[in-house]
Amino acid sequence: MEIQGKVFKYGNDVDTDVIIPARYLNDSSEKALASHCMEDIDPDFVNKVSAGDVIVAGDNFGCGSSREHAPLAIKASGVSLVIANSFARIFYRNSINIGLPILECPAAVKAISAGDKVKADLSAGVIYNLTTGEKFAAEPFPPFIQEIINDGGLLAHLAKK
Amino acid sequence: MGMTVSQKILAAHAHLDEVSAGQLISAELDLVLANDITGPVAIKEFKKTGADSVKCHDKIALVMDHFAPNKDVKSAEQCKTCRTFAKEQGIENFFDVGKMGIEHALLPEAGLVGAGDLVIGADSHTCTYGALGAFSTGVGSTDMAAGMLSQTCWFKVPSAIKFELCGKPAKYITGKDVILHIIGLIGVDGALYKSMEFVGDGVKYLNIDDRFTICNMAIEAGAKNGIFPVDEVALEYMKGRFKRPVKIYEADPDAKYDAVYKIDLSTLRPTVSFPHLPENAKTEWDEIVIDQVVIGSCTNGRISDMRAAAEILKGRKVADNVRTIVIPATQSVYRQCIDEGLVNIFLDAGAIVSTPTCGPCLGGYMGILAEGERCVSTTNRNFVGRMGHVKSEVYLASPYVAAASAVAGKLATPDDLEVR
Repeated sequence: MEIQGKVFKYGNDVDTDVIIPARYLNDSSEKALASHCMEDIDPDFVNKVSAGDVIVAGDNFGCGSSREHAPLAIKASGVSLVIANSFARIFYRNSINIGLPILECPAAVKAISAGDKVKADLSAGVIYNLTTGEKFAAEPFPPFIQEIINDGGLLAHLAKK
Repeated sequence: MGMTVSQKILAAHAHLDEVSAGQLISAELDLVLANDITGPVAIKEFKKTGADSVKCHDKIALVMDHFAPNKDVKSAEQCKTCRTFAKEQGIENFFDVGKMGIEHALLPEAGLVGAGDLVIGADSHTCTYGALGAFSTGVGSTDMAAGMLSQTCWFKVPSAIKFELCGKPAKYITGKDVILHIIGLIGVDGALYKSMEFVGDGVKYLNIDDRFTICNMAIEAGAKNGIFPVDEVALEYMKGRFKRPVKIYEADPDAKYDAVYKIDLSTLRPTVSFPHLPENAKTEWDEIVIDQVVIGSCTNGRISDMRAAAEILKGRKVADNVRTIVIPATQSVYRQCIDEGLVNIFLDAGAIVSTPTCGPCLGGYMGILAEGERCVSTTNRNFVGRMGHVKSEVYLASPYVAAASAVAGKLATPDDLEVR
């Protein structure tokens, strides 16, 4: 999927309980998870999000529970990339494992506003703000992690090998 | 260069003489764990690989605790998926209703985890077993699936923060107050990606349940794991339970730490984390009227926690407007509560006593909050909507504070209550 879309912006410490509330964890189908994504922090998110859109947030994104349902819900909702100052460690691992692109880039987080149109090149680690014309450099993932993401996740990657 | 305790356990399981912070390693696992929420996703991922069987059926544990006893049809289906898989794969450590308990209280009690182990679990509070000197950490379902497939996991070797505990805690000060104080000090990402290593003379004043509580909440500071030294208290707990030989690791004298904090336990006061982050730790507050109290969970559902709550509730009544829900974490703790007369104390006080479940902690069932309601809870998270409505509030506290609050009808410490 092309990484290009409009930005949803959130603050620090966005936890997995607001990304996908536990009351919906009795169903792990992608469709069910996507339909409640971000519900407790942004009830209108599911109505506004389109394929390719980008989430931009502050420190410690995805803290709390280890539920892989959180990155799955974000990915299934159509979001193509999450940019944050930093990620909570389990969320970070889970995102790679399920093939959800993520980038750490405080400069981009600071400069990008909600509603901006953003594009990214994951292999080079470059983020473009198409609305303002600004460009930001993030540390790209090493090739083996990029392969996992491109293959759609760790087990799909392992199965392919 | 010297290694921390956590690094030594990782090195041993990666069959390396030495590891250093930042290094990527692949290590052998002593146990992989999942529950009724994360298990079905892990099983789905496992099946995607086309593999017929798990690598080591005796090194896997599946615990039905989050929405069990089944709260609805979908939850029942999730447990069924796990049950069928366990049967198919010969996984004997499958814990269903009747045998189950809250996973992080159950596995140490059942002797499935112990000193020197390397454990991953598809549950963020897997870090609890550091109380016994294990390196244990939470992962997602895909890592769990890869763990079942290969009995290995890749790790980025963490650096560490050292917490030197000294002094004797005052009466009514528990492991919960210690960890809430520490999270208040360093913040919810204060130990992000790092180990939290607890050492010092003060350790001897913390019983094993205090240590489970402290390591349990290491994740609430963002940590990869929390770990205590293996002393007589830990050895005594593992005696007769832990089925494998105890392996004790100690940090090298020249081990490097990113930071060292000295915590004088004698200065701590009953500590409460206010909504909506565990780092909002306070020891003073204005009147906070409450609607519910929950005493239980993987953080505080063990026998010491039950005894603490009973000590306060004995001969008292909970306030009329406070729904008080007590949940012993395992069948064995439940039975102990009956044998020691604690259940009668809870019932006489006007509380209810439930079979083990994670239920209310994560807003699953068995104590959901309505709009505007407040709960004092011995659980681990007070995020927005964690226990119910997005406009409800959770105050994290020790069993002493939770029980005292139930009696007072507002956030209170045992010292705030009138003498019986």
